[in-house]
Amino acid sequence: MTEQFEPTIIGFTCNWCSYRAADLAGTARMKYPPNVRLIRLMCSGRLDPTFVIKALASGADGVMITGCHPGECHYLEQNYKALRRYHLLRRTLQGLGLEPERIRLVWASAAEGARFASEVSSFVEEIRALGPLHWGSSNGTGQPVSATQRGTPALQEVAA
Amino acid sequence: MTEKIGVYVCHCGTNIAGTVDVKGVAEWAAARLKHRGVIVGREYKFMCSSLGQELIEKDIKELGLTRVVVAACSPHLHEKTFRTACERAGLNPYLCELISIREQVSWVHTDKSAATEKSKAVVAGGVERVIYNEPLEPLMVPIHADTLVVGGGIAGIQAALEIADAGYHVCLVEREPSIGGHMAQFDKTFPTLDCSACILTPKMVQVGTHPNITLMTWSEVEKVDGYVGSFTATVRRKARHVNTDSCTGCGICWEKCPKKVVDTVFEVGLGNRKAIYTPFAQAVPRYPVIDVENCTYFKNGKCKACQLFCPTEPNSIDFDQTDELVEVKAGNIILATGYDLFDATRIAQYGYGRLSNVFTSLEIERMCNAAGPTEGRVVLRDMKTAPTSVVIVHCVGSRDENYNKYCSGICCMQSLKFAHLIMERTGAEVHNCYIDIRTPFKDYEEFYKRVLEEGGQFIRGKVAEITDVARSADEEGKLIVQVEDTLIGKQRRIPADMVILSAGLEPRHDAKEVGKMFGIACGASGWYTERHPKLDPVATMTEGIMIAGCVQGPKDIPASVAQGAAAAARVLGKIQQGEMALEPIKASINEDACSGCRICNGLCPFNAILFHEDKMVSEINAALCQGCGTCVAACPAGVISGTGFSDAQIMAQIEGLMLLNVGPEPVAA
Amino acid sequence: MSTNSKPKFAMYWAASCGGCEIAVLNIHEKILDVDANFDVVFWPVAMDAKYKDVEAMEDGSILLTLFNGGIRNDENEHIAKLLRKKTKILVAFGSCANEGCIPGLANLSDSREIVHTAFNTVTTENPHGIYPMTSYDVPEGEIHIPTILPILKTLDQVVDVDYYMPGCPPESDQVAAVIDLVIQVLQGKAELPPKGSVIGAGNSTVCDECKRSRNVKTIKSFSRIWNIAPDATLCLLEQGIPCNGVATRSGCNARCPSAGAQCIGCYGPADGVADYGARLISSFASVIESNEPDEIERVLDGLVDPTGQFYRFNLAGSLLKAGVPAWKKEKA
Repeated sequence: MTEQFEPTIIGFTCNWCSYRAADLAGTARMKYPPNVRLIRLMCSGRLDPTFVIKALASGADGVMITGCHPGECHYLEQNYKALRRYHLLRRTLQGLGLEPERIRLVWASAAEGARFASEVSSFVEEIRALGPLHWGSSNGTGQPVSATQRGTPALQEVAA
Repeated sequence: MTEKIGVYVCHCGTNIAGTVDVKGVAEWAAARLKHRGVIVGREYKFMCSSLGQELIEKDIKELGLTRVVVAACSPHLHEKTFRTACERAGLNPYLCELISIREQVSWVHTDKSAATEKSKAVVAGGVERVIYNEPLEPLMVPIHADTLVVGGGIAGIQAALEIADAGYHVCLVEREPSIGGHMAQFDKTFPTLDCSACILTPKMVQVGTHPNITLMTWSEVEKVDGYVGSFTATVRRKARHVNTDSCTGCGICWEKCPKKVVDTVFEVGLGNRKAIYTPFAQAVPRYPVIDVENCTYFKNGKCKACQLFCPTEPNSIDFDQTDELVEVKAGNIILATGYDLFDATRIAQYGYGRLSNVFTSLEIERMCNAAGPTEGRVVLRDMKTAPTSVVIVHCVGSRDENYNKYCSGICCMQSLKFAHLIMERTGAEVHNCYIDIRTPFKDYEEFYKRVLEEGGQFIRGKVAEITDVARSADEEGKLIVQVEDTLIGKQRRIPADMVILSAGLEPRHDAKEVGKMFGIACGASGWYTERHPKLDPVATMTEGIMIAGCVQGPKDIPASVAQGAAAAARVLGKIQQGEMALEPIKASINEDACSGCRICNGLCPFNAILFHEDKMVSEINAALCQGCGTCVAACPAGVISGTGFSDAQIMAQIEGLMLLNVGPEPVAA
Repeated sequence: MSTNSKPKFAMYWAASCGGCEIAVLNIHEKILDVDANFDVVFWPVAMDAKYKDVEAMEDGSILLTLFNGGIRNDENEHIAKLLRKKTKILVAFGSCANEGCIPGLANLSDSREIVHTAFNTVTTENPHGIYPMTSYDVPEGEIHIPTILPILKTLDQVVDVDYYMPGCPPESDQVAAVIDLVIQVLQGKAELPPKGSVIGAGNSTVCDECKRSRNVKTIKSFSRIWNIAPDATLCLLEQGIPCNGVATRSGCNARCPSAGAQCIGCYGPADGVADYGARLISSFASVIESNEPDEIERVLDGLVDPTGQFYRFNLAGSLLKAGVPAWKKEKA
């Protein structure tokens, strides 16, 4: 009997809006699945596509990028830069065979704790349906790989 | 060289410990992350308590810790607490990281083993990241003692007076020829029915004569350079064509001026002024300005009546006067530029602009004002007939999905005030069509009761249409207000002589551009964004720029005054300290490696990135840099680095969160 | 087998096009300096030495090996490891060895499918459907041909590399400069840079050497270079031509932009860059002049094949190393 696949998702939040939205979800004791691990940036404009690629290369099954709503960025307009990068990053990764749905962009204001929680929940289910990515490992068969068992994801040989 | 890292996992009572095996996480960190530098892993009931902090301080001193990771609540709560504790023990505060396993783990997950596993990953992320933290020192900047206040309405006036009275210099810049703002247009103020001019003009005079206030009216800020403590604003002092050194404000020039102009600003189109004018009798300063677009001399070289009749020696009229650009240095800036009224012509079915006896609230203010175009008489557009029935429409352009979703806050009280004044002056029957009656503050509810007792009629329903198309003989010659009276569940058509639209408040039409000039943001509704909606309403995200009054959101006069005073207090505090510490989260460019591609140049809304044409490299002004990191992420050569959130820190945190560098299980002894 | 006392030099080509060899020969008369200062012991394109000759050498006895080409099959890997053992200073020479270069683009596909396609295209006459086998028994014994590895690897993904010389190929004047440097080191007149350094290249990006004028960057649209009449004096990126020069290491004297073509990135990333493609994604996207998702998509439609644009040379050496089809097994 195979256990249900538990995705591992890295989420990038911005200090002023979406991180606070995550905090608000916590303060209000809203519940969402534990599959997302968050990194705090000062602004979604800090989101370097390298981080997304690094997360995928390190074994993440999906990446969530969050920030302030357009027009509400603490730094005035930097979330627009994140938006532009997100579009191009998705296209480029698609050319590498990655399903574009594995990268999700969410705008959430500091007051939208409920929305943050529901976006996380729906994203987890979407990634679960897509299956594990486990970039670089030959274990693309849906078998669960516990996070604590992963070592450095060196590309394993596939018999020619 | 491996760092010596201390990991501290907080129970937070049962807030964390009830869901996460905190002891297990601390032990796991000490064993499995030992090879990464973790030399101690502790858990404690309340890390933020003095005993908890002492645990950290003791370990820093005795174990020689070089990095600290605390797994507890949100950094928004206690990052400063733990960083200060480290500083006390002699460790640079920026070598301490607080990561959340409460708001983002124990409070949001139910599966205890999954929550514990996630906490381990979060701790590993913190450990990997903190290895790359660097010791940082805050940047100290001096604070210039002068203040720039932009906007001479009641909020700006209050702020300027508070600072000036405290002994510091203020430059007050106002776009119109006189200070006073919208409050100068009002007749009576609710709920006391004080005469607006009577309470405002003494303050205006104080501003005009204060030794510590430099008043620049008929002026606008064109450019702002610098950063908190040392702003330089370029102010355009528009040509009044009146020499203010010799002018006495006697008024002969505007008396003799033959050119009448409809005053669309102060009189809201209801009254006239001359081509040379002061906006109202109690204008401060009292010097007039020439409206060059309507002045006969400027249009076709004739007239010059004002100059002819000006009695001063030397003559005060100067047709050749030009705009002057003045540099104002200030340590802090307060923006108090007020609001614009919602343009009621946008709601075509209300007929404003088409049906002559539909008025806006500001027009009625001018009409009620004894010094206004009708000398205080409430009359129809023909300027002589008093109305016998009046309908006041609430929420015009407010609380409306099609226009502005927000409530403008003051219109209910204003509408009640009009109801009272009109009944008093004309004996007319007054209907207020409302959605809710909002009377939250001191004596407001009592005022509502008073208007009810005086005979005001109230219909709960949003007005659908105002028309002059009669359906019966009774309706001939009247304006008909079509409204559903929701409390009785019936449609009503109310005949009226006069309809007043309580138009909502909107941000100034150029608020976004002005905000950009000062480096502050507008929220979704266009009002300027405060630093915190509950706890910091007059500061913005940009250090040194405050906001006060309606520019932050619709509010009444007491609230505007309070915000003006609050902004002044904040500024005075900064001036007293003389210098300020800026958070050292900054970007910087490696000049040797920069190729001058200029990709970063257009990405900074704070104008912190400069390009040196001679060296073909870009440079970041650390004091202007707000630390967002956008340029760090965008640089194609990777030569821009950001402190506090460096590439190395974040890449390491990703590895930690994915548990890439976790050591093997220790072999059982 | 040579017994003279000159330091030993070797050059080897793994999965490559031969251009790096030509780049070395393109140093013209300077090749005589190579001959004068070194004893060339192994260079398949230029001399007749065998693998067994290398195997017979003492460990570390070759002073300098320029290794070009990517690691495509087990023979490449074996020789890489062998030369590492026998060499003191191993240089990853050229884009293939540094970051995979064009052969690395095979990492976008399943290697088995590549082999299958090669023997089964419309222009291949293979009526009996014959596919190669890696080993086969013949009367004389078992014969082998190299096994293709599932993905192409860079040199430093299989052995420890001392220095990196980027370029496709490295510019000949840079090759000459490096040879001069090594000769100076041999004569005790200079010191080698720290191990792991990039040599034969600059420490900035192509823009540093490009003569075109530049302004604050905004991009309203992307286009192919033949769709516009490019201004020869203005930055190509500002004209909507996706020029990778902003992220590409300097050292080639901005050869392509000077000749009127956009930089395609053959010199690889600048120092300290974790993923070259990500730098281009970030910089190009950040300066698109739009805040609306639909408009951004429309602008990006003009950027044909972003994967190829950003990872043409760098795929095998990037963080992701390969596309999904290269390593993902068929789902059962």
